[in-house]
Amino acid sequence: MTLRLQARNLACERDDRWLFEGLDLDIHAGEIVRIEGPNGSGKTTLLKILSGQLSDYQGELFWNSLPMERARTDFLSSLLYLGHAPGVKSALTPLENLAWYQAMTGDPDSESARMAALEGVGLGGFEDLPTGQLSAGQQRRVALARLTLTPRLLWVLDEPFTAIDRQGVLALEAQLQSHARAGGCVLVTTHHELRSLELRRIHLGQGGDDARH
Amino acid sequence: MRGTEAPMVEEEGARVSRGEPRGGLVVALRATLKRDLILLLRRRSELMNPLVFFALVITLFPIGISPDPVLLATIAPGLLWVAALLAALLSLDSLFRGDFEDGSLEQLLLSPQPLPALVLAKVAVHWLMTGLPLALMAPVLGLMLSLPAGSYGVLALSLAVGTASLSLIGAIGAALTVGLSRGGVLLSLLVLPLYIPVLIFGAGAVKATIMGDGVTAHLAILGALLAVALMLAPWAIAASLRISING
Repeated sequence: MTLRLQARNLACERDDRWLFEGLDLDIHAGEIVRIEGPNGSGKTTLLKILSGQLSDYQGELFWNSLPMERARTDFLSSLLYLGHAPGVKSALTPLENLAWYQAMTGDPDSESARMAALEGVGLGGFEDLPTGQLSAGQQRRVALARLTLTPRLLWVLDEPFTAIDRQGVLALEAQLQSHARAGGCVLVTTHHELRSLELRRIHLGQGGDDARH
Repeated sequence: MRGTEAPMVEEEGARVSRGEPRGGLVVALRATLKRDLILLLRRRSELMNPLVFFALVITLFPIGISPDPVLLATIAPGLLWVAALLAALLSLDSLFRGDFEDGSLEQLLLSPQPLPALVLAKVAVHWLMTGLPLALMAPVLGLMLSLPAGSYGVLALSLAVGTASLSLIGAIGAALTVGLSRGGVLLSLLVLPLYIPVLIFGAGAVKATIMGDGVTAHLAILGALLAVALMLAPWAIAASLRISING
């Protein structure tokens, strides 16, 4: 499976201010791309555009060299997006939350896979408590369990490290690295250092150029 | 025998693999229905609110107007229908709001499954938990308004069919206003004009039964309204959700 996400001449305006202009991206399999920039520089907006949620932008998006409008179904079935809000229902248990996500991807219903994913994020023993009773970090971990539960090629993660403890951060870093090594691709925003990872950086801010290191 | 059996098996295998996306949709729909039902059953107060509102409004009318059974019986069909409509309207604001706030709505929109089908499942749960209980409760409240005995069946049926249209139409408004922090009033203004045909023919069906006229025409129009709403509303809801998420 190959994977290529391209953006050509991307520009987005919010409240009479250009968040970024003339942004060209070419993202391949095996890459971890970190989008950087100060607060309010449009990181979340860029991730939302790249994951096909927003339509009020200028420029073109291509998925595997096809225009995004035509490749949308194929794109969505290779995408795993974790937003600012974890997308976890507080009245449901972690198992029930994951069951919905598992069904939405069309994967066969498998409680053992859900349990294994929860064990993987350190939530073994919490699977039958209402998620609302868990701590913020644990709720975020329920969302992160989707990374192992529903394997997708392209991960778009908006601040995935929020409220995660130090060990959790290390484990997630390792998970991102192994996903990229296995031919997947990660787009991530975070204010964490991520020292151990081989990253490509895209810096947003004044001008918003694609600066590579 | 074996020679003839083998191709059949192969054909079945091919059919299964071709039917895969549809199977995925059924699984996703069932999971969405189940999830929303569990969520509503765990928040009973939200479930009870429209029913309590309906009962309160109807109980207050005989006290406020007059306990005269003849007068009450004449206004009962309209009263019951208006109160049920407002009760259904009150419950609409929360249809997508919870999902919007906790991020599940983004995930719903990013699902590879067709969005109109998924929102139809959400609306179906809304009707099952609001419209249907209202319809089942209405005959009891009709008794309080001394509604003639023969019209209970038609009252419940017209409300059951009518509230399904109300849920579908209302969901368009709920989807359009989900991004607004105080969308409740705007939602009512958007949706009420579209509710009027349903109200006219719903209350008309009950009145026609009391008068002894044919009721089929009214029910047929209610059914037709539901059919049109079923055809168009899911696409309108899906488009409205995409607009709201863009905001």
